[in-house]
Amino acid sequence: MPDSLPSDSLGLVSPQTIHFGAPIELACGQTLESYDLVVETYGKLNADASNAVLICHALSGHHHAAGYHTLDDKKPGWWDSCIGPGKPIDTNRFYVVSLNNLGGCHGSSGPSSVNPATGKLYGPDFPVITVADWVKSQAQLADHLGIQQWAAVVGGSLGGMQALQWSLDYPDRVRHAVVIASTPRLTAQNIAFNEVARQAITSDREFFEGRYYDADTLPRRGLMLARMVGHITYLSDASMGEKFGRELREEAYKFGYDAEFQVESYLRYQGERFSESFDANTYLLMTRALDYFDPAYEFGGDLAKALAPAQCEYLVLSFSTDWRFSPARSEEMVNAMISARKKVSYAEIDAPWGHDAFLIPTPRYTDVFTAYMDRVAREVGA
Amino acid sequence: MRADLEIIQQWVQPGHHVLDLGCGDGTLLHFLQQERSATGFGLEINPDHITTCMGKGVAVIEQNLDTQGLENFDDGMFDIVLMTQALQAVRRPDKVIDEMLRVGREGIVTFPNFAHWRLRWGLTLSGRMPESDALPYKWYNTPNIRLCTFKDFEALCRQKGISIKSRRVVDGQHQNSWLARLWPNLLGEIAIYRITRENT
Repeated sequence: MPDSLPSDSLGLVSPQTIHFGAPIELACGQTLESYDLVVETYGKLNADASNAVLICHALSGHHHAAGYHTLDDKKPGWWDSCIGPGKPIDTNRFYVVSLNNLGGCHGSSGPSSVNPATGKLYGPDFPVITVADWVKSQAQLADHLGIQQWAAVVGGSLGGMQALQWSLDYPDRVRHAVVIASTPRLTAQNIAFNEVARQAITSDREFFEGRYYDADTLPRRGLMLARMVGHITYLSDASMGEKFGRELREEAYKFGYDAEFQVESYLRYQGERFSESFDANTYLLMTRALDYFDPAYEFGGDLAKALAPAQCEYLVLSFSTDWRFSPARSEEMVNAMISARKKVSYAEIDAPWGHDAFLIPTPRYTDVFTAYMDRVAREVGA
Repeated sequence: MRADLEIIQQWVQPGHHVLDLGCGDGTLLHFLQQERSATGFGLEINPDHITTCMGKGVAVIEQNLDTQGLENFDDGMFDIVLMTQALQAVRRPDKVIDEMLRVGREGIVTFPNFAHWRLRWGLTLSGRMPESDALPYKWYNTPNIRLCTFKDFEALCRQKGISIKSRRVVDGQHQNSWLARLWPNLLGEIAIYRITRENT
């Protein structure tokens, strides 16, 4: 491995695109006749295909979860802190599968990819996708890779919802579901934030009802605002306070409305960068998938009833300062699991970074995650 | 295995659904899972213990009895609720006992006896708060804030209409001793009670 990459990194990895020719029926009633998924895999699948771990990504995530694509990459994959040799999801023992979900904008079929039926980009005609649809497509992926049962399905935030959904829709195909910083359903407040983000995008003059590709433009301003408001919900008051406080970019007030405080310029920078790299239609789709997720809905709101078919063991983790999906939301899930007599372990990790804490290694988080995954590995002989 | 755990495991039937309050590093639950095919959970607040439990495959929930109680558990959902060496460390042992017997058909409780002769003797002679193998703390840093004697506990059970199915008394090393059986409230250091609200 080149010297420039950290020694505990996977090193260089590369994605592959897998084409699925069989139609997939979606919750919205529409059918995708065929679709592509972009996938990265790390580690080796063992002889009886028992050591596979599926990584499910969150709102703005993708297939590149760990390692580096090139030696020039400034940053590794988005969950490199937890995936790699000797890390909680140990690639010396597990075969790790990470994908870009359907509807995404990093190579899997989505609004910004070509509709094979028309030869044009899908744009707003790409169907609204749900968490259950994702899980269905991931099951197709598992079939393709020869994986009958995942040793674990793991995800944070929206990724945790997919892990939970897996345990309900394919109970015999999941041994362990690891649900981190997640929730069994969005609150009104969560949906409200998503709505502000969507309004920011759809009210951008460059949005053109989602057909901005045809107009050869991008709703940059709207996507930037959406990201800015989202970003605030990922951090805690304390972590923002520590990072920026009331620090000014220059020494004195200028009595104007430019970005004078550091926090303003930080948010603008994050928003601008995001608006260049992420697709606005995908952002709408992902936030809607979040809003709709509610496995208890068809059971009169009784999550314990919804959990009845599950056969896996659960690990649920929350973070003390996460106010987006607070520990209380995780506990709601845990209590339903207890009531449904499922095997579940739960810990609330003390961490100052709000919702983002699930991406940041802290000693206790790493310890708990490692101990649990180590046991999963032993169980499947990995 | 510790003598008290040895005694407790005899009372757990195959397939029992068990809740262990203050499950520590999960030794007992792990044993019950392996040897009795028991299912269930441990509650714990010590981070290191929680990690150890997870590594062992013991289902552990981070939950503080003092602040969260057992409200998240349904009535009668466990065959047995265990509480070893933790009753004296909770704020309201009486309420915990009520809750144990709400969520479980049977409770097993162990705690140190504050009327053991060595403690009585120590207090009488030195005039200072007693310390022992079972109570190895200073008065100001002890987690044991609700110490009681066997007689106290039994009086509380009578008052609450809880019946004691059995009582075993061991010494500080958790060994059975005939002396402790003979004169438990004076010579026994730790008692293991099996309690229920059901008519037996």
